[in-house]
Order: sequence, then C-alpha cells, then structure tokens
Amino acid sequence: MPKLEPAFLVGEFPNPEPMLAATRTLREEGWKVELYTPFPVKGMKEALGFTGRTVPHAFVIGGIVGAVGGFLMQVYPNIVYPLDIGGRPMVAVPAFMMITFELLVLCSVLTGIATMFAKNRLPRLHHPLFDATRFHLASDNRFFVSLALVDGADEAKARSALERQGPSSIEKVGGEVPE
Amino acid sequence: MSDRTRDSNYHRITGEVVSIPPKFPAPITWAILFGFSMIGVGLLILSVIMVFTRGVEIWGNNIPVAWGFPIANYIWWIAIGHAGTLISAMLLMMNENWRNTTNRFAEAMTLFAVTCGGLYPIVHLGRPWFFYWMAPYFSTMTVWPQFRSPLTWDFFAVLTYLTVSLIFWYIGLVPDLAAARDRATKRRWQVFFGLFALGWRGSGTHWLRWRQAYVITAAIAVPLVVSVHSEISMLFAAGPIPGWTSTIFPPYFVLGAAFSGFAVVTMLAVVVRSLLRLKDLVTERHLDMLGRLTLACGLMTAFGYVAETYTSLYAGSYEAQTVMDRFTGPYWWSFWGAVVFNFVPIQLLWWRKIRVAPVFTFLIGLSVAVGMWMERYMLLVTSLYRDWLESSVNAFQGTFWDWALFIGFIGLFCAGFLLFVRFLPVIAQFEVKEQVAEEGHA
Repeated sequence: MPKLEPAFLVGEFPNPEPMLAATRTLREEGWKVELYTPFPVKGMKEALGFTGRTVPHAFVIGGIVGAVGGFLMQVYPNIVYPLDIGGRPMVAVPAFMMITFELLVLCSVLTGIATMFAKNRLPRLHHPLFDATRFHLASDNRFFVSLALVDGADEAKARSALERQGPSSIEKVGGEVPE
Repeated sequence: MSDRTRDSNYHRITGEVVSIPPKFPAPITWAILFGFSMIGVGLLILSVIMVFTRGVEIWGNNIPVAWGFPIANYIWWIAIGHAGTLISAMLLMMNENWRNTTNRFAEAMTLFAVTCGGLYPIVHLGRPWFFYWMAPYFSTMTVWPQFRSPLTWDFFAVLTYLTVSLIFWYIGLVPDLAAARDRATKRRWQVFFGLFALGWRGSGTHWLRWRQAYVITAAIAVPLVVSVHSEISMLFAAGPIPGWTSTIFPPYFVLGAAFSGFAVVTMLAVVVRSLLRLKDLVTERHLDMLGRLTLACGLMTAFGYVAETYTSLYAGSYEAQTVMDRFTGPYWWSFWGAVVFNFVPIQLLWWRKIRVAPVFTFLIGLSVAVGMWMERYMLLVTSLYRDWLESSVNAFQGTFWDWALFIGFIGLFCAGFLLFVRFLPVIAQFEVKEQVAEEGHA
C-alpha cells in the first residue's frame, strides 16, 4: 500500500511581500509550510528559515573525489605499465594537473546537481498541488503558500490560520484515497 | 511602480517568452533558414561518409601539416562556445542583470558549438572507430591512454566542458519549461514541456537549493573555460615548434576565444530579436553591452598579437623566421586577413550608434568570426608546413572536402540553434521577472 500524501491547503497571494510575511508567521506558528513563486524572491530564505548546506557540501565532496580519483587514475597505468620516455618521470605531476582539474570540475558538478535534484525529490512529474485550480499561475505572476496537513493536523484550525494571513483564495487539494 | 503594473509585467514577460514555441511568430522565415541549414547537414553527412570510406587523404592534410582544417576548426568552434559560458556564468557571478535575456541562447550556442568542435577530432582520427581508446577503462588487454601525452587532455577537457555546459543550460531551463508547461494548451506541448520540466513547481525550498547549485556551477564554469582553452593552447605550446612554443599562448587563446564568441553571440542576438520579435526584451542596451565586450576582448587579443610578434622577434632565430614568414610568406593572406578582419571593423564599436545598430553589429560579428578562423588557420599552417628539414617542407591547401565538412558543421550548428529557438524558451523569463521585482524595470 503506497503511503498516502498529506492534504494541502493552498493560499494565493497577488504579491510577494504578504506571501513572505504569511510564510514566516505560519512557520513560526508551527505549521509545515512551503511557498511557491514564479521566480526566486528576495527574502524567501529567511521566511522559510532555510539553512540547508547539503548542496554546496556535495559540490565540495564531489570535487575532492574527482580530483584525487583523477590524479590516481593517471598515476596507476604509469606505475603498472611503465614506459621510459627519455628518462622522464613516471609520475609527471605538472602534466597530470590538467586532467585532475577537469575531473574535479566534472565530478563536483555532477554530484552537486544530482544532490540538488535528490534533495528536492525531483523529477516527480505529478504532485497534488498541481490539482489546485489556480496553481498554474505559480509559474506566471502569482505567489502561493501551502500548509501540509500532516497527520493529526486540524484542518479547520489550519484554514483559519491561513485565512488570518489574508490570501485572495484558499483551496484544499490532495489527501484523498487514490481510486 | 505600483503592484498592478509589476504584476502585469510578469504576466507579459511569461506570455512573450513561453508562447513562442506554440505560436511561432515567423514560421516561414524559420522554415527557409532551417531548410538551408539542413542542406548543410546533408553536406556534413556526405563529407563524413566520404572521409570514413576513403580516409583522410581526401583532405589537404599532409606531413608535416597533419592537423590541417580539422584541428583549426576544432579550436574555432570550441572558442566560440566559450563566450556562452562566460556571458552566463561570469556575469551571473558579477550580478550583471543584463545577462538575463542573453544567457539562454548564448548557452545554447555553447552547446552546439562544442558539439561541432568535439566531433572534429574524432572525424580527424585516421581510424575513428577506435575513438573510445581515448577513454580510460579496464580493457582485457590492460591498455591505457598515455597520460603523459598532452593529447589525452583534449578528451577530458571537451568531455567535461560539454557535460557541464549541458547541465548548466538545462538546470537554468527547468523553471522556464515548467512555465511553458503551465501555459501550454495543446496536449503534445503539455507532454513535451511536462516531461522536461521534471515536475518543477516553484517551491521556495527548491528554488533555494536550485540557486545554490546554479551559482556554484557558474563559479566552477568560469575557471573551466579558462582551463579548457588553455589546454587547447598548450597542445600547441607544449611542442617544440617555432611560432607555437610560447608562454603567451594560454591567455592569448582564452581572450581570442572570448572575442570570437562574443562576436557570434552578437550575431545570434540580432537574429533572435528580429526573428522572434523580442525587441523589448533583447534591447539596444544588450547590443550595446555585447559591442563593448567584443571591443574590449578584441583589443586584448590585439595586444596578444603585438606581444607574440615582439617576443618572437626578440627571440630571433627560428621564431623570428616563422614570424617573418607569416608576414610575407605564402600564407601572408591568413595573417593579414586575421589582422584586418579582427581589428579594423571593431574600431567602429567605439561609437554607441554603431553598437546599437543591428546590421552593423551583425556584420562586425561576422568579420570577427572570419578573422578568428584565419588566425587559427595561420597559427596552424604557418608553423607546421616548414619543418626543420628541407625535405619535410610541404605546402598545405584545403580541398573541396575540407570546405564541405566545415560548411556542413556550420549547417549542423545553425540547424541545432534553430531547433532550440523553435521549441524551447529562448529567454530566461523567470530571471527577467526577478530583475523586474528587484529593479522595477526589465
């Protein structure tokens, strides 16, 4: 039996500032809150209280692994299959730096981007929020706040908490048992 | 500005950008251009079949000019690609918001240019079916690439650059694909955009992680560009060949790359804004800034010419002979052609009136593209054709198939770019909106 998605209450705001204020207040009231905007809005980091550093760390770790692995990859065949070319050193560090750097970049970017998608739980082609009638405007010019009704949350209380923030509309989506 | 106008501005920007693919403004012009590009692609396929069946003998390549057209063109293509990354990544780091309307198609240009460039060395291999021998893998014969040779650098540089450019372009595109998905009315567009938007829903936490990833990728992409073109220059500079073995090469190549790339971005900007009627998004200001960048990089490249000539003459001996041969030898046209096409027309860019005139900037861009091609040709051929011994002096001349392959790749580039323009959002609409929100105007 697949795990049931929680229901969401979605409030629409015409402007970013009240949306940010609503997010902050609702979060401080202890609700599981998320905002949706057509573009990154200044101040949403503070409003959401986002402190995640996983993605930057993933870039660093990927870079280190890539650089070390890339360097050793070049050392290995020259040790196990030594070719004396005019007495030049087997481990030619300056010549190896080029590929070391390229693999640093490649592994760093691949790890970082993969981590970003994994942490965001993307790709996920459908989400209950897409059922909200006006949610398509979240990629145009409207700003949305969602409250997740995680187990035990009182819907009426959540609705009045969201209403106090003055959204132009509220809609409930998701949460039904799939047919 | 009131909230209402700001709000309608957002809506206008979304509409203007994402409605392009379903309601393409210039289908006939597009079809004609695409038709010509496809003729080029046909020529490319024919040339590749020819070279794969008859071998590289159909080209002008000889010993000592074993590199010929393919390597000169490889450098030319990769160099053009670099400007896309620089515009996008460097200007993002510097918070230059005007990049927002140019970065998307500049990055697309990078992708197609690097694809063309990356294919050239493979076609150039005498036995192209063994191209994967460049990759390190545990084979049954335990044969590895020779990592102490500069030729292994290419493989990793181009592979990394292509992958990173593709990822950078795509993750920047995802939010716009989502916007296009939400606007699409026809089923096939909904499915197409829906799949590639990966279910992006503009969540705040997603944006924040996305931003971290995007900015760090940009920060890594800038030194990557420098490393890739330095690497290419060192393929030359690491060899004991007069006219090549110079410490000036890495910066000289990187600046020349940026120069030719900015010139091509300008040409594409002119085409995109008139073909897609985007004159209020790609404005005179953008042409103005691109003109300034082209001029600045051009002057720095010119300084590279002066410095290179000076050091060679100062060094004397073979170096000086090669420089004199470039001035007055059989390939004098490629040297002076490079000087004239690269540095004379760009002087017009000192005037703002010229910088914002699309016809002029397009022609100046074209002149720089031609000039930089001549420069690569000159660097390659003049240094190689006169080897140390009289017996190994062999003049080089491109054949019909050399040119056919080159024109074919230009066709491939144009076809790829036109498909991008036709099917994907060419402008980062969410970044333009962000700029509207922060500055109050687009």
